[in-house]
Amino acid sequence: MPQYLLKQIARLLLLLVVISMVAFALVGLSPVDPVQANVGQAAYISMSEEKRAALAEYWGANTPLWERYLHWASGVVQGDFGTSLRFNAPVAHVIALRAGNTLLLMAVAWAVSGLLGFALGVIAALRRGTWVDKAVKGYCFVLAGTPTFWLGLVFLMVFAVGLGWFPVGFSVPIGKSAADVTLLDAVHHLVLPALTLSVLGVANIALHTREKAIDVLESDYIRFACARGLTTWQALRRHGMRNLLLPAITLQFASISEIFGGSVLVEQVFSYPGLGQAVVTAGLGGDAALFVGIVVVSAALVFAGNLCANILYGVVDPRIRRGEAAHAR
Amino acid sequence: MPDSSARSTGARMAPLPAILHLPRRARVANRKRTVAAFAISAALLAAVVVAGQLSVEAATTADFTAKGLAPSLQHPFGTDWMGRDMFARTVSGLSTSVLVGLLAAGVSSVISLVLAAVAALGGRRADSAVTWIVDLVMGIPQLILIILISYALGKGFFGIVVAVALSHWPSLTRVLRAEILQCRQSPFVAHARKLGQSWPAIAVRHMLPYVFPQYLVGLILLFPHAILHEASATFLGFGLPPEIPAIGIILSESMSYLSAGMWWLAFFPGLALVAVILLFDVAGSNLRRIIDPHSAQE
Repeated sequence: MPQYLLKQIARLLLLLVVISMVAFALVGLSPVDPVQANVGQAAYISMSEEKRAALAEYWGANTPLWERYLHWASGVVQGDFGTSLRFNAPVAHVIALRAGNTLLLMAVAWAVSGLLGFALGVIAALRRGTWVDKAVKGYCFVLAGTPTFWLGLVFLMVFAVGLGWFPVGFSVPIGKSAADVTLLDAVHHLVLPALTLSVLGVANIALHTREKAIDVLESDYIRFACARGLTTWQALRRHGMRNLLLPAITLQFASISEIFGGSVLVEQVFSYPGLGQAVVTAGLGGDAALFVGIVVVSAALVFAGNLCANILYGVVDPRIRRGEAAHAR
Repeated sequence: MPDSSARSTGARMAPLPAILHLPRRARVANRKRTVAAFAISAALLAAVVVAGQLSVEAATTADFTAKGLAPSLQHPFGTDWMGRDMFARTVSGLSTSVLVGLLAAGVSSVISLVLAAVAALGGRRADSAVTWIVDLVMGIPQLILIILISYALGKGFFGIVVAVALSHWPSLTRVLRAEILQCRQSPFVAHARKLGQSWPAIAVRHMLPYVFPQYLVGLILLFPHAILHEASATFLGFGLPPEIPAIGIILSESMSYLSAGMWWLAFFPGLALVAVILLFDVAGSNLRRIIDPHSAQE
């Protein structure tokens, strides 16, 4: 096990180094002028040529790309991710501050969509061909084609603007000091974004679980279990659950990448101050350090998800133990 | 259920699908229905594209006497704060989305075909290199990658098309690589080789027909993803410029007017996008049934 973990950590480091290089190169290649993007159109026009040059110098826009990367990388090794231009604070602080919000949002959506999707998939398979099955399939089919941000907008229109049940945006009430924010306030602001993400995440896992559950229900071992006098549900619970859980776990952990993408959109719609909103701000404002930092963090998250899936395989499926799991990757 | 046990071992091995036990008439009707569903959805999509291209002018002309009107018979989707007809804007936005999606998905599928062939036929080194790149690209959340590439290329039409194209190939590459590997190891290729055929001849005559259905199906299933991601990136401000009527632009502009109660600005365009994506799904899954030899009889 330690050997397996070490190998994975080495893979992660290599991946992060390459991704940071790619991200850095891409951001550096961009024709978007960091000076113009940062000071705004009006200020840029009224600014003198010397002032612009001084700012470009200050932000390091003129140093060669590889030099900037080396500078950045040596900082990262010492725990310094650079300074965010837009937020005027160390990147590590901005990310740490916002990661909490995003991780909370993602965790809630991930858990809700996983459980709900799994349950719906099993129910649809058990009631195969009935209206329940058709309803679940139709729901998944439509939601798989629904843009996340549009669903967010619809929820916003119905529940926040129309009915007024939930706040229109942000993660805490406006005009309240941080000390006065209660847990209830935070939850109240989290509901709509999390609901949007969860509702969309259900489709994939429900459809896959349904397919797999139908296969399992038609298998010989379930037929035999039923012949022994078990009800279908009992047979499925005792003999089929593990077989169903394995692909569901893989899928749900692999979906972290998609949930992260979804959270970017949802945070934008609900003005929820998380990493997603920060990455959009960074991208639109030419804030290279923050942009690269968030890309690296998101890649690490995706990697962690896949690693969790690999480790959980061994727990759920006795046939795959650690050695083989390491081998399979 | 004669096909049930075969399904769990893999649909390819299914000895006789249940549909073949149906009377001949039912089978013919089934196939006709599949073809019809495909033809109708493809025709609808083409109609949307043509109508959208024709209505670009209507979509961008402002009429300040008709500002912010709720949906009515004259303006089925209402008008926005500049009096532009939302129906025309939506249709032309959809057509932009479909065209961008087609372009990006087409480029993306070619990338994956080439890389899959390199991986499967180019020896072990090439294989592990391609696999590594696939893992690398899949290691970044797709939307983040699109934002990154589009930003690097200066956003706009070119940026978003390249970004979507460069971020959607990995999963199809995996599928095609497995398919080509399987084909290479199959007996009929070995026999062709023994009979003295050259590799190029085998590639054209035996491998291409084997892989092509999978490629086409993969390509069609890429469209909805490409369209959704284009709209998402445009919505975030990393895609098409605001002058072009696109669904992402329409929806991001509508954000400022939602709290004023102008719900139609966001509701109908998004709903129309969902409809277009579902049409692509219908077309894709029906076409797959027709051209995929493993399910052509179903």
